[in-house]
Amino acid sequence: MIRSEILRDIAPILRDQLVVCNIGIPSQELHAIDDQPTNFYMLGTMGLASSIGLGLALAQPKTVIVIDGDGSILTNLGTLPTIGNNCPDNYILMIIDNGSYGSTGDQPTYTSMKTDLVAMARAAGCENVVEVQDVDTGTALQAAIDSGKGTVMVVKCDSGNAKMPVITMDPVVIRDRFMKAVAS
Amino acid sequence: MNIDKRIADDLAANDVSFVTTVPCKQLAGVIEEIDQRSDIFHIPSNKEDEGMGLCAGAWMGGKRPAIIMQNTAIGVTINTLATLIQYYRMPLPMIISYRGELREPVACQVEMAVHTKALLAQMHIPTYHFHWQSDVEEFDNILKYTFMCNKPVAILTDANFWGGYGDQ
Repeated sequence: MIRSEILRDIAPILRDQLVVCNIGIPSQELHAIDDQPTNFYMLGTMGLASSIGLGLALAQPKTVIVIDGDGSILTNLGTLPTIGNNCPDNYILMIIDNGSYGSTGDQPTYTSMKTDLVAMARAAGCENVVEVQDVDTGTALQAAIDSGKGTVMVVKCDSGNAKMPVITMDPVVIRDRFMKAVAS
Repeated sequence: MNIDKRIADDLAANDVSFVTTVPCKQLAGVIEEIDQRSDIFHIPSNKEDEGMGLCAGAWMGGKRPAIIMQNTAIGVTINTLATLIQYYRMPLPMIISYRGELREPVACQVEMAVHTKALLAQMHIPTYHFHWQSDVEEFDNILKYTFMCNKPVAILTDANFWGGYGDQ
């Protein structure tokens, strides 16, 4: 499965949750598959989805699901120790690990070679780290939500992108409707 | 006057309850003060752009954030300031130790100091420079201004403001 197929699979689970979605094609795919006011789409700033989601989870009690990528985690590796040492129970970091920089032409990342994000997350202090195969994403995500414990999921899947339109919504509109959804 | 406590008191009085920090020798006292307070949640960051991501999330979650960092961080965070904090129009007080200014003992710090105000001006970031201890009187108004206009705002605090650092 490629990322867009996973997102289509888990859209019914995501719909009722606060979601912070990674820059580029992941946000375009989620926006096209199931746009919700509870989705915060990153339009720039590669690497910070996990940090934005962590700040959000620490600031309020609702469950926060971050849809991140292997390339973006590698860009901001300092995030893993910060998560490992401050992880609240309402924080789920779902790293879609397709071993490539999808938004820039599927160049390989180091996770397609020797680098193991599951081991890195554990070494950084994250307590609940699960490796998930693409077809099991929905089951694992629901289990993470139901567990009520902060979780890092590393979802192994194929490289590839769906052709989706760019997001033209104004960033302040995205942010404003998201904040209203958070507060509701 | 204890300026570490004064800064933390002003933050708390303005409902700033989520503070992330990347340390600097000049900032050690204020970071320690914030870490000890029960009315401010302190989360250290490994890098300043990561810290701005945390602050963005905290603000969307209903908390007023602030970041404490060194001016070298301006070189790290230009993209984050432009594409996250400014693009989504978020407030962010940035309490910045202004290394490389008068009374600086480390020559390399001057290399970023000479670019700091120019970069902030280029980014259209409102910038205040605390040089005398009494300049801290402005801090409360700067915080109110920041959360009024939903912009990142820089407060540069130089070695003279902190009373120098002696040998380093």
